[in-house]
Amino acid sequence: MQVYFTLVRRELGGYFASLTGYIIIAAVLLLLGLSFVEVLTKLNAAPTDAPITEIFFVTFYFWIILLLTAPVMTMRTFALERFSGTYETLMTAPVGDLAVVMSKFTGALVFYILTWLPFLGYILIVQRFATGGFVFDPYVLGSTFLGLLLIGALYMALGCFASALTNSQIVAAIISYALGLALFVLSLRSFMSEAGSSLSGRFFEYIAMTEHMENFARGVIDTRPLVLYPSLTVLFLFLTLKVVQSRRWR
Amino acid sequence: MSDDIMIEVSNLTKRYPGHTAVADVSFAVGRGEIVGLLGPNGAGKSTILRILSCFMTATTGTVRVAGFDVFHESDEVRRRIGYMPENNPLHLDMRVKEYLKFRARLKGLSFVRSRDRVGVAMEQCGLTHVSRKIVGQLSKGYRQRVGLADALVHEPELIILDEPTVGLDPNQIRSVRQLIKDLGRHHTILLSTHMLPEVELTCSRIIILHEGRVLASDTRENLQHQINGSGQVVAEIAASREELVACWREMEAVDTFDVAPADGEYFRCTLRAANGEDLRSLVYSEARDRGWTLRELSRSQASLEDIFVQVIRREKEERV
Repeated sequence: MQVYFTLVRRELGGYFASLTGYIIIAAVLLLLGLSFVEVLTKLNAAPTDAPITEIFFVTFYFWIILLLTAPVMTMRTFALERFSGTYETLMTAPVGDLAVVMSKFTGALVFYILTWLPFLGYILIVQRFATGGFVFDPYVLGSTFLGLLLIGALYMALGCFASALTNSQIVAAIISYALGLALFVLSLRSFMSEAGSSLSGRFFEYIAMTEHMENFARGVIDTRPLVLYPSLTVLFLFLTLKVVQSRRWR
Repeated sequence: MSDDIMIEVSNLTKRYPGHTAVADVSFAVGRGEIVGLLGPNGAGKSTILRILSCFMTATTGTVRVAGFDVFHESDEVRRRIGYMPENNPLHLDMRVKEYLKFRARLKGLSFVRSRDRVGVAMEQCGLTHVSRKIVGQLSKGYRQRVGLADALVHEPELIILDEPTVGLDPNQIRSVRQLIKDLGRHHTILLSTHMLPEVELTCSRIIILHEGRVLASDTRENLQHQINGSGQVVAEIAASREELVACWREMEAVDTFDVAPADGEYFRCTLRAANGEDLRSLVYSEARDRGWTLRELSRSQASLEDIFVQVIRREKEERV
């Protein structure tokens, strides 16, 4: 446990000791801010009863931000250490492979959550300046962040896996872009097939991330994504662990 | 297995696709020794050290460190070693003290103990006055010291150093070597190098590697003895070249010789004995009898360089 916490601290420190972390946060904030202004402009034109989170996450802005920034957040996890050689000092210390994988994943996930926290500020700003019947619902906000966490965890695990495969951060980013976009494209299939009509239709409906996120942002917590995302996350973490362990039989 | 053996490598082989990096290597290192792995680049030094430090696994063969198998009990082994890899990779964005503390905690030291040990290690390696500096801003010599401090921060039984002085300037090399020597009083040390003076100055025992195999393993003195007996004799004599050549040719005790002009009328003669006897008295009496002026007469010890070249040459000859 000591090793795990020491490593998580180091991972987070790695984001903030260099400029990388701040640059990623700044980039996310810029994108978030721009999209939010866009959403509010539309809201001004056509008032609606839907919660502000739903209005934001139904648009593609969220997905663009997630798909663009997740690989950048995770590309350093293993690739950088391999490239700089510190992977050797790390793995020759008495640390377990699982602790290494989990700490890298935790570090990335905590950082990911940190980049999304400013979103709370936007909500507060709207609440401060909105006139009339704007209702701030903490439960809806909670379920939105649950959705953000679940989908983020999957993308972080996927990114760690990609990063473990190579010692080049660029290659790691490309692999996780490919995998992440593939998941996203598959989840768009549900728009094309008729829901529930066939096995494949049901399958694509089940993995439709955009719809899951829409539900979360609306305040609906469905148990299906609650199972899907953690199990996919565990799968990718397991694969990462296997890649890390592979140095023992390569 | 006795308690006195720190490292026991038996029949270690490491194959990569296409070539064999280490072929059937066996050696042992006793507790308290400073042993140098010497070999040209690509001899398999780093591979052996990486296997010893549990970073890689062997293809065949067993390696035990402090009685623990590096494959099956790698956690126990890793607890007992301090390893500084080649090129000494560090987290360049951390401060010296912060980095060492991170490493100490990673190696399982308690909070209080890690604080104490980091202090001691920084003291030992002369890092106290740079403890607040960022590692990336330190000179190479100081970075090397940070690597050494990391290797010894958890008081390991065995310290493994891969090319500890590579890329340093002569002053830094001297201070790092002194540091290693000091460490050797309390730790077993295994270091690798392709630089001969390094092992000559710091190590009590030398293992010479070439193309993945152990060519020789002995103390420096024994190796010297093995290579050229009592060594060669150098004499500077004022005489004509023909006279000198004729004289050495006649002398039965001389196996090979070389006569080169020195300044003025002097010639520098390098003589090697046929049966390892000391030629100095013979040369002196010869010079006295013939009335030559002798201004230098010395027996040179084979340097490690000679040993190294000789061992590899002998190996090649045997194979042909």
